[in-house]
Amino acid sequence: MEKKMLNIKLKVWRQENKDDKGAFKDYEAKGVNPDMSFLEMLDELNEELILKDEIPIEFDNDCREGICGMCGMVINGTAHGPKSGSTTCEIRMRHFKDGDTIVMEPWRAKPFPVLKDLVVDKYAFDRIMAAGGYTSVRTGGVPEARTSLVPRDDAEEAMDMAACIGCGACVASCPNASASLFVGAKVSQFALLPQGRPEAAKRVEAMVAQMDEEGFGACSNHAECEAVCPKEISIKGIARMRREYWAASIK
Amino acid sequence: MRFSTFSTSSLGKKIYMGVMGLILSSFLIVHLLGNLALLSGDKDHFNAYSHFLTQSTGNVIYVIELIFGIFFLIHLLYGIVVTWGNWKARPIGYKMVTNAKGASKKSFGSTTMIYSGILLLIFFVIHLLNFKYGEEIMYVTKDGAQIRDLYITVVHFFTNIWNVVFYVVVIVFFGFHLSHGVWSAFQSIGVNAPRFIRFMQVFGSVFAFILTLAFVYIPIFIYITGGAQ
Amino acid sequence: MKLDSKVPGGPLAEKWDKHKFDIKVVNPKNKRKFTVIVVGTGLAGGAAAATLGELGYKVKNFCIQDSPRRAHSIAAQGGINAAKNYQNDGDSIWRLFHDTIKGGDYRGREANTYRLAQVSNAIIDQAVAQGVPFAREYGGEFANRSFGGALVSRTFYARGQTGQQLLLGAYSALMRQVNEGTVEMFTRREMLELVVIDGKARGIITRNVITGELERHVADAVVLGTGGYGMAYYLSTNAINSNTTAIWRAHRKGAAFANPCYVQIHPTCIPRSGDYQSKLTLMSESLRNDGRVWVPKKVGDKRHPNEIPEDERDYYLERKYPTFGNMVPRDVASRNAKAVCDEGRGVGETGLAVYLDFKQAIEDFGLQTIKDRYGNLFDMYKEITDENAYEQPMRIYPAVHYTMGGLWVDYNLMSTIPGLHVIGEANFSDHGANRLGASALMQGLSDGYFVLPATIGDYLGSEKLDKVTTEHKAFAEAENEAKERIEELLSIKGNKTPKQFHKELGEILWNNVGMARNEKGLKEALEKIPKLREEFWQNVKVPGTANSLNKHLEFAGRIADYLELAELMATDALHRNESCGGHFREESQTEEGEALRKDDEFTYVAAWEFKELGKWELHKEPLVFENVTLTQRSYK
Repeated sequence: MEKKMLNIKLKVWRQENKDDKGAFKDYEAKGVNPDMSFLEMLDELNEELILKDEIPIEFDNDCREGICGMCGMVINGTAHGPKSGSTTCEIRMRHFKDGDTIVMEPWRAKPFPVLKDLVVDKYAFDRIMAAGGYTSVRTGGVPEARTSLVPRDDAEEAMDMAACIGCGACVASCPNASASLFVGAKVSQFALLPQGRPEAAKRVEAMVAQMDEEGFGACSNHAECEAVCPKEISIKGIARMRREYWAASIK
Repeated sequence: MRFSTFSTSSLGKKIYMGVMGLILSSFLIVHLLGNLALLSGDKDHFNAYSHFLTQSTGNVIYVIELIFGIFFLIHLLYGIVVTWGNWKARPIGYKMVTNAKGASKKSFGSTTMIYSGILLLIFFVIHLLNFKYGEEIMYVTKDGAQIRDLYITVVHFFTNIWNVVFYVVVIVFFGFHLSHGVWSAFQSIGVNAPRFIRFMQVFGSVFAFILTLAFVYIPIFIYITGGAQ
Repeated sequence: MKLDSKVPGGPLAEKWDKHKFDIKVVNPKNKRKFTVIVVGTGLAGGAAAATLGELGYKVKNFCIQDSPRRAHSIAAQGGINAAKNYQNDGDSIWRLFHDTIKGGDYRGREANTYRLAQVSNAIIDQAVAQGVPFAREYGGEFANRSFGGALVSRTFYARGQTGQQLLLGAYSALMRQVNEGTVEMFTRREMLELVVIDGKARGIITRNVITGELERHVADAVVLGTGGYGMAYYLSTNAINSNTTAIWRAHRKGAAFANPCYVQIHPTCIPRSGDYQSKLTLMSESLRNDGRVWVPKKVGDKRHPNEIPEDERDYYLERKYPTFGNMVPRDVASRNAKAVCDEGRGVGETGLAVYLDFKQAIEDFGLQTIKDRYGNLFDMYKEITDENAYEQPMRIYPAVHYTMGGLWVDYNLMSTIPGLHVIGEANFSDHGANRLGASALMQGLSDGYFVLPATIGDYLGSEKLDKVTTEHKAFAEAENEAKERIEELLSIKGNKTPKQFHKELGEILWNNVGMARNEKGLKEALEKIPKLREEFWQNVKVPGTANSLNKHLEFAGRIADYLELAELMATDALHRNESCGGHFREESQTEEGEALRKDDEFTYVAAWEFKELGKWELHKEPLVFENVTLTQRSYK
């Protein structure tokens, strides 16, 4: 069967730098192969722009296989686009129809300032991690791995939470720009494992404090984050974080 | 952790709101049950109930009113503070917003909590002025007691179609508040066992629906029937 | 240039412990006085920066992404090997060492490889303590699996995201040090030059990719953990930002480049589908545990795979290698896929693919079991190809995945430039000519957590390091070099985009320095590459300016370096007239078409010293095997 190539209209947020006001600009992507990835469609457009002496569109991306968490934009109003459980780089053009218009916007949140076009600064997440997203162990000064048993169910749930790639879609999609799913996932991963228990109270307090300081919103349980999360992390993690917070509050 | 840290953190605020919200929801049930007396053919039922609440409970009622008043205020103030913070967290909005499908619980109710909440505050004041502090007509019951005829005040009020419309609109709007608020409160306080939370999501909607229906039914019933004479 | 591997004497099993005792240890009070630059935040760089910080050194850590958590180690799926022998199936440090050195076709350094196997156990302990959720059995014990041709189950895994989980472990250790102030983190920085003063590595020049500003950083030692050079092929499983600039710039400043021709081509990737393609997606090798590889027996059989009857299918791996079957090492699997496609029996639109069939496995274990094991991979395959692999076989084809070659380092992981240490995939050290599955994570973490933090003390403790600042003229010179290169790239304003050049280079390398190489092809590559390089510097069109985020300017700079490196890869491949591991020379094969090593001639590490562009001097580090007997690998 001959593949039908797509012609697609694009409305892309262009912003020169942090201080620029920015605006939408229209482009057209012609002859798009439906098997192409979304970012490859943009690559091709950029190639055209370069040859036409225009400035190509900047967007963050790295692994292009949905694991590094660097890519991400709001596509037609949804973080990471139309397919659930995917990053922007995993979206294929077959999810769009010939003649569609695609609106592309950067993640919008005060703690994620736009650096250029669709590129935002997500270092706020790293600062939250630095505040407490670890176990305080010294390299080499640790017990034999087998000394602590971890029941499979706990290990599995910890893995569900640990799957977070830190892409920021939870913040981008949240009506409140809350980072609760990101923090909740990390807090939960450690809370579920014996290795994470000793510092559980200190960790949740520190990470939440940093999250608030960064200026993220509060979670109102819209669960929009879970719906757009490329790793489909459940808001159960947020509830667990709250339980941990309760527990920490009476310590 | 310091109490102040807990109380000013984004998590703490939501935990307070969840707890207060659940308590306030339980008040609604009691309020509704009492109001069902308005549907009785005998206005003495309702007036006796209102007399009992205001006169026979001594100071207990003031304590209860105070407690609920404080809870209401905490819930409300935190609601405003949290929403203000949320708006600040996204100074520049999106051109296009499409709700994600699947796991999302985003709804009309969930996105209008602040509006339905503030509307309820306004309603609450008017509601008190209308009834609690409304005209005081005294009458003698069949049992020979002289008590306030709050019933007649209510009936008078709801003979005006605009009053009925106002109440119905507010209650429906508030029903949406509850449709998100009830299950969300459990999530906010950290209760999220998968089966329980799925139950609460359904229960919350059913609860909101029934409460809305019942509260709406009363003014409409009175308007249509003109109340018991 | 003299290559001194500094391999300690004594019995193999005692070398590392003895060495750790013999080398200098920096006084804890003095550690704070030493600044160490670590470039890269992957398993090697991230682990090293965290550990060095923890030890008390002042660490400056750089990464090209917006966060240290995104380094491409994150994409490793399968797992990490360790000689724990938890499964009681006869594993041991010795066996892991032996498998690794044999898997590397006896082109690795014995002592390094043994040390790797030794350290492997501590890595697992470390990761577990960090909260890495490895797969567990119901009783709480570890679940291990056999992986990539190993006969024992020694691979620890966290679903299909082992690399991610291990990296996040290292990253969290790193962020803890950032919080403690021992590590200063520089994100969105690209290293453009190494600064060498008095023959020692003393700093780097970086470009802040957001502002375009060139920055000088001074230190007492520089550590590169910047990954491999697979992106030279344009299409690979590497990340878009993976690049070779850091090690290539160091090479040009005097660090010898070892075995550049050793490139691993991974057998199970999703085949390419069109010209627009920007990367190849790897499917975990674990698929070969249950999938059966086949092609039609008939040339040009274009029938739908489900319509091809059993007796017209050629399960060529099972046929040729009855013992290992579909589980043969990566290089063997890849080469055989190429061979059947060259015969015209390849499948799919392009004819450049073979089938990986799960029908048998689904019949044997049930659909649900296969879904549990590989569900996410099947979903990924469906998303990319729009085909359902539960109902019809997957199509797979080899893709460039990992580079065993890299900067030459001694037993202390120091390059030929004193003070410049190289860790992880960026060095050449532990895998010989081919890397076994689940060993890359092991090496990165071994170097980062345990080896480098110990050995760097030997350099810092024994070398006399004069105080230098960024005002030193060497910094100005290096910065100027970087600046001029950027300005030149922007000033050419030619007719071809950087990507077009990259694609062309990739094509040359894939065709001539790919899975099977021969003298004619390599010579052809050696003619084409310099020409392409010349054209690049006359005709490349780089958009935008130098003082803002400009991805295509970054690409152009990297491609300029690939265009130089590619020539060295071909040069090395041409000189090594034998087949070993990832390097298959058609001139050197057995009658049955298997790789034929020439141990008499080539049992050495080829370390190339940069003289001038297009000119290198070969130095040989002989490989001495005292503990294993060299045999031709056989997986029959």
